[in-house]
Amino acid sequence: MNFWDFILHNRLEIFDLTLEHLTMVGVSILLATAVGIPLGILITRKPALQRPVIIVANVIQTIPSLALFGFLLPTPWIGERAARLAILALTLYSLLPLIRNTYAGIKGVDRAVVEAARGMGLTDWQLLYKVELPLAASVILAGIRIALVTSVGLATIAAAIGAGGLGELIFRGLAMVNNAVILAGAIPAALMALAADTLLGWLEKRFTPQRA
Amino acid sequence: MPNAGQSVIEFGDVSYRLTDGRAILENLSLTVQAGEILVLLGRSGSGKTTALKLVNRLVAHSSGEILVEGKSTRDWDIMKLRRHIGYAIQEIGLFPHFNIARNIGLVPEIENWPKDRIRARVNELLTLVGLSEEISSRYPHQLSGGQRQRAGVARALAADPPILLIDEPFGALDPLTRSDLQREFLSLQKKLGKTVLFVTHDLNEALLLGTRIALLEQGRLVSLTSPPEFLHSPQPLVA
Repeated sequence: MNFWDFILHNRLEIFDLTLEHLTMVGVSILLATAVGIPLGILITRKPALQRPVIIVANVIQTIPSLALFGFLLPTPWIGERAARLAILALTLYSLLPLIRNTYAGIKGVDRAVVEAARGMGLTDWQLLYKVELPLAASVILAGIRIALVTSVGLATIAAAIGAGGLGELIFRGLAMVNNAVILAGAIPAALMALAADTLLGWLEKRFTPQRA
Repeated sequence: MPNAGQSVIEFGDVSYRLTDGRAILENLSLTVQAGEILVLLGRSGSGKTTALKLVNRLVAHSSGEILVEGKSTRDWDIMKLRRHIGYAIQEIGLFPHFNIARNIGLVPEIENWPKDRIRARVNELLTLVGLSEEISSRYPHQLSGGQRQRAGVARALAADPPILLIDEPFGALDPLTRSDLQREFLSLQKKLGKTVLFVTHDLNEALLLGTRIALLEQGRLVSLTSPPEFLHSPQPLVA
């Protein structure tokens, strides 16, 4: 069976798997953003925490993905469902770029601008949401972009633990030694990564502050 | 407005040392009187900018006491203190992500002024500093250096603070624009009667603008004189 026939005959399944893939990636990025950005902000305020937090996030990043899925298997509640497990693993992988870019983005805001804001009597909170976060937005978005594109790829491996997603087609194709099946999983995943990259790239550009 | 001659800012034997013990300012005693422009003149590293930042507590002094309107800066509520004092630094202090209207109206905004009052105030200030109202929707990078600096002064004046702290505002401008702005600043000050602490390393600027000139060198006050006295004193000239 050639590639196009396979796609045509299995379009509903491919669509479902794409949705599963998208859900895994989407939920994990939302979770990682909800945890990573506050952590990144926290370490700009508490310098003593900066090294330990970055080190932990770095170490997580170095664990091979299959091994991480394995490690997380005994976790209660999470381990019961493969999709939960995959989401947790993807969330953990996405933390590093989010924490690091949030930190770098805020630290990169012109010191004169921050000082002017303080001198004008902005509270810490006002400084953060009126000045620092808007000016760091493009760098933070670059972090989300890296995390998102990486996650789309990584999520294919989640099929190895039965979490579904487009990886399922890739693994099936590998087992069947059938390139058409592999491509039916790989191409939508690649398109998804490209689309995410383009969208975030556009947002990043929109939020880049103009300089004189 | 406080009466002329009354002290508005008072440095009483103030020192500021870094954590390694190095002194940036030593035993500074100085009074800024209501309605005057007191210029802190010195080379870079003389401690003049630090002295300025002690007043709105961007930097906390190590010893001595600073009184603003008779009350120690340590006893002031820090946000109240800062909003009571206009602060203008070199043009880069404008927020690049806010348009000019929002830059100028930020202190009124955080003080919860109603929107139309902020808009009216912004327009009033733009006229005051010689900018046209159409500039209010532009962003700092779309303005010339001189326009940005005018906007910076307008922002410092936004909530009508009685005190202004100004740090090297005209440094980055071409000589013609600079002398225009200096002259305008002087007439503006005459009109508004603010109490100004003004930092510069430019001797001509100090002579032109200062009611009195405080010369700082390596964290110490060398002399405190009026401009004519300064010219006739045996002080080495500062670049």
